[in-house]
Amino acid sequence: MISPRCLAQRSSLLQAVRSFFIARRYLEVDTPARLPVLLPESYILPFTSEGWFLQTSPELCMKRLLARGCPQLFQICHCFRRQELGRYHQPEFTMLEWYHTGWSYLELMAECEDLVRELAGGAESLAGVCGPATLRRDGQRISLAPPWERLTVEAAFLRFAGMPVREALDRDCFDELMVTAVEPHLGRDKPVFLYDYPAERAALARRKKENDAVAERFELYIAGIELANGFSELVNPAEQRQRFAAEISRRRKAGEPPVLMPERFLDDLGRLDETAGIALGLDRLFMVLLGAETVADVVSFAGDDL
Amino acid sequence: MYSASDLRKGLKVQIDGYPYIVTEFEFSKPGKGQSLYRTKMRNMITGNQLTQTYRSNDKFEKADLEERTMQFLYSQDNEFHFMDTSSYEQIFLTLEQVGDNVNFLVDNMEVQVLFFGDRPIDISLPIFVNLKVTKADPWVKGDTSGTDTKPVTVETGYVLQVPPFIEEGGRIQIDTRTGEYMTRVKD
Repeated sequence: MISPRCLAQRSSLLQAVRSFFIARRYLEVDTPARLPVLLPESYILPFTSEGWFLQTSPELCMKRLLARGCPQLFQICHCFRRQELGRYHQPEFTMLEWYHTGWSYLELMAECEDLVRELAGGAESLAGVCGPATLRRDGQRISLAPPWERLTVEAAFLRFAGMPVREALDRDCFDELMVTAVEPHLGRDKPVFLYDYPAERAALARRKKENDAVAERFELYIAGIELANGFSELVNPAEQRQRFAAEISRRRKAGEPPVLMPERFLDDLGRLDETAGIALGLDRLFMVLLGAETVADVVSFAGDDL
Repeated sequence: MYSASDLRKGLKVQIDGYPYIVTEFEFSKPGKGQSLYRTKMRNMITGNQLTQTYRSNDKFEKADLEERTMQFLYSQDNEFHFMDTSSYEQIFLTLEQVGDNVNFLVDNMEVQVLFFGDRPIDISLPIFVNLKVTKADPWVKGDTSGTDTKPVTVETGYVLQVPPFIEEGGRIQIDTRTGEYMTRVKD
């Protein structure tokens, strides 16, 4: 359960996040949490609501707004994912998502560094922060001094799992190796951006021009904890439709609940310029900054407290 | 049947014909990846540890475990014999299976015997048992240092630290989880 002191610090951090984006000329939006159709993605299970769905992320609505001519958007909202409960998971959690038209994932990584450093360097003394631009977790110090480490998924698999990514995918053990062999090493001395994911693990990201087996997607890790997922957005409606169709047919074959093609989203996607977007789990970031053990310790109410 | 999403600390499942108890559990989900259930389990018969990562569509049989109330009869050649007080059926467990419980086990004591199918695999004792002190140094009157303790031996041969006023022939209550002295028992 959260202490009054942590709740006050969470409130200050939320204000600091808003100030950061407003100072950078982002527009704050609050899009609907309940939607008739979601983006078809594997492994994310939505809650239903009178035949509609609770959002699993605000991506669909935010991209539609970008396509209508809002170049920079951010949102802080609750997202809902079924059957996700653990030290770093709650079925209802707070997401920070932001989009910047004209950017690729590289500029977003840099902005992500700025955001976390600014939050850690605020006036308040936070239990997870020790000294200027330094975090403390699991008894280790993590320097936030730029630049943070950048490591491709391929290099990380070779270094920590002793196996190329292609082989891990073919052997159907990519997720297991990621969780047991790779993630525990990431972001121990300084935060790390793991980037260039296999294209099949990035349904909404743009493929790399030089190598279409990988997509321009990254994840931010601090102390082995995954905090954010960003990418250069796929803005080609035909290719996006193909990827959604593949997921819809995979679900049909697997006997999973059917999902519809998000037609209005695809209509609007055609009007989207080059854009980069990122989703950051705010509860997890606050957990790290506040030196808490679990996300349940930094939210006003965890599921088992209701 | 259990599915992977039912896994949690303390859950007992059956794998390859053995009962396992989950001793550590963590839910993981790499970004855009699938849910993974990381576990450490202990084989309840061999004691072997199993570290395994499961996916949400993995299924587990329930372990066929049943607890029965039985009375301890006697031990002979490191075999500990118990009797079901309603059916009068007799079974035995080995010293290895009885483990540290041997320190607190006296004739006629009622215990819970855990069966895996027809096979007894473990016993659990009442949390508190009363045992007779069979060997103790006398209490030196006038010793006012209230924090002192002294070693005594109880009827099972177990040795523990107790307050100085405990005397040979008296009875004391012991917490079987910790093996520690709780209080003096007045007969």
